[in-house]
Amino acid sequence: MSGETHYDAIIVGGGHNGLVCAAYLGTAGLKVLVLEAAAQLGGAAVTREFHPGYRASAVAHLLHLLHPRVIADLKLTQHGLAFAATDLPTTALLPDGDRLTLAADPAASRTALARFSPHDAEALPAFTERFNRLAAALGRFLLKTPPQISAAQWQDRRTLLEFALSLRRLGRRDMRELTRIIGMNAADLLDDNFESDALKGVFALDSVLGGFLGPKSPNSVFNLLYRAAGNVAGRQNGLIQPKGGMGAVTAALASAASAAGVELRTGAPVEWIRIADGRAVGVVLESGREISARHILSSADPRRTFLTLVGPEHLDTGFVRHVRGIHMNGCAAKIHLALDGLPEAWQADPEMTAGRLVVAPSIDFMERAFDDAKYGRVSEAPALEVTVPSLHDSALAPAGGHVLSIVAQFAPYQLRETVAEAARDQIAARVLAALGTVAPDLPDRVRAQEVLTPQDLERQFRLTGGHWHHGEMSLDQVFLLRPVGGFQQYRTPIDGLYLCGAGAHPGGGVSGAPGANAAREVLKDHKLPRAA
Amino acid sequence: MQRYDAVIVGAGHNGLVTAAYLAKAGKKVMVLERRHLIGGAAVSEQLYPGFTYSSCSYVCSLLRPEIMRDLDLPRHGLQVNPYETSSCPTHHGEPLVMYHDADRNRRSMSRHSARDAEAYDCYSLEIRRQCRFIKPLLMMTPPDPTSFKWGDIEGLLRLGRTFGQMGERQMYDILRFWTMSIADFLDEYFESEIVKALSAGSSIIGTALGPRSPGSAYVLLHHYMGEVDGEIGAWGFARGGMGSVSKAIAGAAREAGAEIRTEAEVTAVIVKGGKAVGVALADGEEVYGTAIVSNLDPKRTFLKILPRQHLPEEVYEQAERFKIRGSSGKLNIALDALPQFKGLPYDAHCGAIEIGDSLDYLERAFDDYKYGQWSRRPFLDIVIPSTVDPTMAPPGKHYMSVFVQYVPYKLADGPWTDEKRQAFGDTVIDTISEYCPNFRDLILHCQVRTPWDLENEVGLTEGNIFHGELTLDQLMFNRPFPGAAQYRTPVRNFYMCGSGTHPGGGVMGAPGANAAREILKDFKGRVLS
Repeated sequence: MSGETHYDAIIVGGGHNGLVCAAYLGTAGLKVLVLEAAAQLGGAAVTREFHPGYRASAVAHLLHLLHPRVIADLKLTQHGLAFAATDLPTTALLPDGDRLTLAADPAASRTALARFSPHDAEALPAFTERFNRLAAALGRFLLKTPPQISAAQWQDRRTLLEFALSLRRLGRRDMRELTRIIGMNAADLLDDNFESDALKGVFALDSVLGGFLGPKSPNSVFNLLYRAAGNVAGRQNGLIQPKGGMGAVTAALASAASAAGVELRTGAPVEWIRIADGRAVGVVLESGREISARHILSSADPRRTFLTLVGPEHLDTGFVRHVRGIHMNGCAAKIHLALDGLPEAWQADPEMTAGRLVVAPSIDFMERAFDDAKYGRVSEAPALEVTVPSLHDSALAPAGGHVLSIVAQFAPYQLRETVAEAARDQIAARVLAALGTVAPDLPDRVRAQEVLTPQDLERQFRLTGGHWHHGEMSLDQVFLLRPVGGFQQYRTPIDGLYLCGAGAHPGGGVSGAPGANAAREVLKDHKLPRAA
Repeated sequence: MQRYDAVIVGAGHNGLVTAAYLAKAGKKVMVLERRHLIGGAAVSEQLYPGFTYSSCSYVCSLLRPEIMRDLDLPRHGLQVNPYETSSCPTHHGEPLVMYHDADRNRRSMSRHSARDAEAYDCYSLEIRRQCRFIKPLLMMTPPDPTSFKWGDIEGLLRLGRTFGQMGERQMYDILRFWTMSIADFLDEYFESEIVKALSAGSSIIGTALGPRSPGSAYVLLHHYMGEVDGEIGAWGFARGGMGSVSKAIAGAAREAGAEIRTEAEVTAVIVKGGKAVGVALADGEEVYGTAIVSNLDPKRTFLKILPRQHLPEEVYEQAERFKIRGSSGKLNIALDALPQFKGLPYDAHCGAIEIGDSLDYLERAFDDYKYGQWSRRPFLDIVIPSTVDPTMAPPGKHYMSVFVQYVPYKLADGPWTDEKRQAFGDTVIDTISEYCPNFRDLILHCQVRTPWDLENEVGLTEGNIFHGELTLDQLMFNRPFPGAAQYRTPVRNFYMCGSGTHPGGGVMGAPGANAAREILKDFKGRVLS
């Protein structure tokens, strides 16, 4: 037992960002302890058995943001990171039984799209190319610490200058386009560029996945840009299914952290963070045990960190008001179905399930689905992102069986007319009904189902509001303003306490970037002489 | 043939402001107006005997005090009477009346929520702080962040300095405020739905945003940055209706020597050798000038009066993509007597009355609009100027202006027709009648205007009252679009001075004054010759 040891750093939460942060700190020679409440490391990025023999990624099921530098720095490939499938195509299911498949291969997408709109088929490649270029300009800042707005420090000035230069390097036309579209809503941008509902629907879904907004809400373009800012396996905006599910990603991270000498402890929920003389000095576990360290890092979301683990009494009221104001009203449900076989329609037509299936036939469909959520109702007709991970990774289901992993937008955390249990039944029934129209024998093939509403996600993964991204990815909550303006550099109003989770820049998604950035800032402070 | 220094297309209030400033600087100016009356959307019209309607814009606050002074508008007949209240009747209990006077306001608000009454000071302080940043920007030409010219770099630095002087905390708050939704902002201060609804009204007027759409907080600021007699955030009625504002500005322009012609519709800008040299009128006449200035909205300016071959393809595309959504309608009603709104004290009838008592009410009104229909239960901003201005209606009778948000320009079920206009008007009157039971009996005359009517009568594309959405992608150096935000256009000697340019819509005059400054700069620098 190393219970009496004093650590350089304690990381609260063994989610992917906590593990990335730990691995970086451990590699730098710090003595690090990770405390995870659950029995399994990984936070919300885990693969769980939801029915005997059937396993699924509990929350996010596709990888598109994991930063290549994190993969390289932590040698994740050596630690077991592998991809079961890359460049997954997207197949949109349309109301009249038709469908549109957008593949990674532009020529194939073009042919498919031409049937709906020759104009769009013509326009898509150039649009994608330009959009990715604009997103890449933002992507350069994923692994940077956002500057302080006053830019008093030399480092902050440099980052601001780099930011300005990065925009300038885009050239005048692209720079203007980026400043124009960054605050726009996806519906306007799509209407400007395309005419087919099928294509616009797919983009509209991507513009709201995991968030509390519709395609007609400003910020939806920003969400699209953020998605495209990532670059895994050399592909921008490419969809990847990690081998072994999302849990395998965190397993590789945990292995990297262990190899760097980090101590990982599961089943060790932190009850609160001890503050003495305005400084974080240690953590107290639910078991009552107290462990001290020089730096405390929280990968929990900002609301949980400040309002529960620290407590408002240690913070000034203005700051507490801002923290309370962070939007984290989760709106996506996750549904896992254990099937004893693929539905006939899908067996006969392997192209259908080759990648992800989406049900988002038009912008208005998406927007109406969101309208329900605005008033605290589960969408009557939810929008869906469906994958069949067992097709690419047979270890996830018994022979012959398959797993359906479904993200359903929108099932709001804040319900008005109904209780959580009823909402859970509603979303499950509506999802099955929607899929039943395209695969009539699907309901008969379901052996078991797991439905995770935002309430369930909050309970099981300690995500406040059940929000995937630890706070909405909206312009008033990103970059300089994440989590709260003035505290975007991973430090908090409490000395010695840092944030290293998705609630900090750059935000949600399995990117590892907040963890890596927080580690860099802690290491900077670690070199400073210790305060007496 | 006569040749002018400047020919201004459109005698809206901004066109007149530009004309007045140019004329005062000694330029020979001609203003050409398509309609029989000047003022654009700031007009007073007699559409029913004895009544004067402010038929489009209806209240006054945003007109910049600098312009009021420079042009000496009070001497030219402008008088603005501030009003003291805004109120919100409701079916659920007592109406909310908010007063301009802080003490009365606190007492009145605390009948709904003591906490909100306390929080109001904090809230209004915060809004004023936001205004402090934006005010100096109003009368400035937005610097182009992609330019390497000294003027632009200096402008950016100045902007940075103004921003930097706000203090660190405030800088973050500004950044956040400009990007957040009004619902989120209000949620941080207030608990009572009716307080939030009444406060949110100003942030949705004229836009295609709902109270929960990010970006709507800024629109609130846009309505809050005005003042009447130095009272910040105050609103008032122009004596004689909004046409008096235009008349006063026109008076100042004429006094300085500008000519103003009505019923002179410009159909095209004449471009020779890549330079705008004049305009062609509908009757075939041509008017020549050194600077040609368009007070029309960006769509009309670039897509309608400028021959396409003179515009780079990219700019044409930008103009096509410019967001200019009609979202508002208007009812002008002559009443036989003062209507009595349920539970409202008399003095509340002299101010603004808003129908829409919760954020959900406003949001649902917006939902209908999103899918191409007018709100089944519309949000209304009602004023009865005749309560304080006897020139608006005969004694004992009243003129009521009803502004309706949200009304689509493009209806989902096809174009506007007379029947639909009638049905839309009935929806509004029925809504008012819920709060004012005998309302229908008092109506002597009612003019219903849809966005389609605003487009066809006043010339506002899609009926958008601001000449273009006030969203981040169309503000400051993005207004109307990047590269054309300094009142100049890609065609030499062709300028813009309307609400489609920085700082945007409202009867503010700032775009007109800024444009005049840039044009005079070009005269001086011999760019214009």
